[in-house]
Amino acid sequence: MSELLIEIKDLECNIDNQKILQGLNLKINKGEVHAIMGPNGSGKSTLSSVLAGNDNYEVTNGSINFLGEEISEMSPEERSWKGMFLAFQYPVEIPGVSNINFLRTALNERNKYFGIDSIPAKDFLKMVAEKSELVGLNNKLKNRSVNEGFSGGEKKRNEIFQMAMLDPKLSILDETDSGLDIDALKIVANGVNKLKSSENATVVITHYQRLLDYIVPDFVHVLHEGKIIKSGDKSLALELEKKGYDWLKNDENI
Amino acid sequence: MSYTEKELKEELNNKSYEFGFVTDIESEKAPIGLNEDIIKLISSKKNEPQWMLAYRLEAFRVWQKMSEPNWAHVKYTKPDFQNISYYAAPKKKKELKSLDEVDPELLRTMEKLGISIEEQKKLSGVAVDFVMDSVSVATSFKEKLSELGIIFCSFSEAVNNHPDLVKKYMGTVVPHTDNYYSALNSAVFSDGSFCYIPKGVRCPMELSTYFRINESGTGQFERTLLIADESSYVSYLEGCTAPQRDENQLHAAVVELIALDKAEIKYSTVQNWYPGDAKGKGGVYNFVTKRGICGYRSKISWTQVETGSAVTWKYPSCILKGDHSIGEFYSVAVTNNFQQADTGTKMIHIGKNTKSTIISKGISAGKSQNSYRGLVKIGKGAKNSRNFSQCDSLLMTDQCGAHTFPYIECENPTATVEHEATTSKIGEDQLFYCMQRGISEEKAISLIVNGYAKEVLNKLPMEFAVEAQKLLEISLEGSVG
Repeated sequence: MSELLIEIKDLECNIDNQKILQGLNLKINKGEVHAIMGPNGSGKSTLSSVLAGNDNYEVTNGSINFLGEEISEMSPEERSWKGMFLAFQYPVEIPGVSNINFLRTALNERNKYFGIDSIPAKDFLKMVAEKSELVGLNNKLKNRSVNEGFSGGEKKRNEIFQMAMLDPKLSILDETDSGLDIDALKIVANGVNKLKSSENATVVITHYQRLLDYIVPDFVHVLHEGKIIKSGDKSLALELEKKGYDWLKNDENI
Repeated sequence: MSYTEKELKEELNNKSYEFGFVTDIESEKAPIGLNEDIIKLISSKKNEPQWMLAYRLEAFRVWQKMSEPNWAHVKYTKPDFQNISYYAAPKKKKELKSLDEVDPELLRTMEKLGISIEEQKKLSGVAVDFVMDSVSVATSFKEKLSELGIIFCSFSEAVNNHPDLVKKYMGTVVPHTDNYYSALNSAVFSDGSFCYIPKGVRCPMELSTYFRINESGTGQFERTLLIADESSYVSYLEGCTAPQRDENQLHAAVVELIALDKAEIKYSTVQNWYPGDAKGKGGVYNFVTKRGICGYRSKISWTQVETGSAVTWKYPSCILKGDHSIGEFYSVAVTNNFQQADTGTKMIHIGKNTKSTIISKGISAGKSQNSYRGLVKIGKGAKNSRNFSQCDSLLMTDQCGAHTFPYIECENPTATVEHEATTSKIGEDQLFYCMQRGISEEKAISLIVNGYAKEVLNKLPMEFAVEAQKLLEISLEGSVG
């Protein structure tokens, strides 16, 4: 039997007193890929922010159990150390901080948390070489400032590179396909697939079924008004592609 | 074990200024107050020649007629000049032949500051002059330098051993009549560093002076005179710390740089005087006059990282007298809590084809006020001169202030002067991005700030760059709001 990774129960949350998530339930086991789809404003990006611990969002009800631990009050960095990763829809630029330095700091902070020595420079560089090849990241980008002056595709690729370096338990890809041309999409998807294992899980948030041709989900969920209103397998995504969302918004079809 | 709120608070308070210790060294202090007798006392303590005393007295007379400037964007209680002791020296001072003769307490102080001379001797190849309470106590590497004809010693030694050089250059860049604090310094300075690099010599190591105020109720008035003769090169570092005290201590230094034809001087400062506590009590008043003059095709480059002091008032400047000479100013100034800084530079273009670059990065946190004030002056004869200025401000809270006061005076139509300025607030989205990757908020701030200041930090010599980064981190602990 597969092992439970994260369980979200009756999750409700607000931003600026506006209710966004309204009783969301989701269970993800190790080794699974879940796709979350839904119309604009349904709460997809909110879900990813709340899971990562962005304190602009206030959790008003429900629980998030990650690897047997309640995390809804936990700081973002602690969630990260425990294996949560969010590939941002809009990766942030940090001028003057090299990608390499950024990642080394991140890894060392995590090591410190677990009481492990910091990673020796040689091992770190070896790891960088391996992982950047995996996602086809241009060598020059590694020494450039984090995301500064990167193209849209480079930014997304850099997110997957960071994911590879941090080797998370749960990866949430927030509209990673937006702004990517078909070749970049394939490279990114390919990277994600290579990182998949029986020990981790992936949540793919997307508008388009196109990405799911490359990252094949075990489950597809439809989010609407802050709730999952329908779940199914891969065929649900294809159906959505044809029919849109309107037929689901009508209660009778659920 | 869990902390009580009080314990935690105490620990945080103590942690904030690492160099707040007092060294228990017997010292000799002049009585408080300032008059001609005190000046004569200082001069005689130092066995100065008559001409030096005459210079001091003249400066004192000028100072008495001057009034304290108040154009800077800072507010503070003016120091009571009659309530300061103008001379304090570690008592056991005598001619030091080797490190064994240095007071062990003093050596421990240096170690706490991370500048163990022993270690420096072995490892880094930095020649250090250590000035405590205005008196230079140890200069390392003297012999090796003298083989090259380089003179690196305390100012008092230079007055006695190299009077011609001192007479020729002292006061030529910053005359005693220049301003209120330079006049005061010229009257009462007790020591400082002196350096001469002979023609064509490239100084093989970083020269460094560490300044420390230790005694309470004293002011520190040191003087630095650095002469780079034709076609020579020197890189000079200066570091400063002071113990944590409730009173305000005055530091009024004068630094004069002379770069003769085709010479190059790189002058770096890491200033970490005690900034006062979180409520704005205590801290050093840092009123410093620093200026250099450039000959034909010479270059002076000022790099400063300013994290300390309650009030800073400081404008390292370049007089670009020689044709094709170059002046540079790279600055990172951090203010937190109630600190106030009014700092910048003056680039005075006199010669033809002179070039200057100004990069200033201000970081304001807490309730502090951080001002950049700079003058770019292009004289009538400064044909084809160029200046580029960039002044960036980073705000950490919504209660601090960042101000820019650029002055441009251009009297030659062939000159090019550019000024760029930006102000930004540290981004919540940047912080969240870092935290999501497992970098704690404090660490993230330090990372972002260091990235922001990188252009300037890169100009520092290696040993200093690491120290400067740590300082930025300490200075900004718990500063985002």
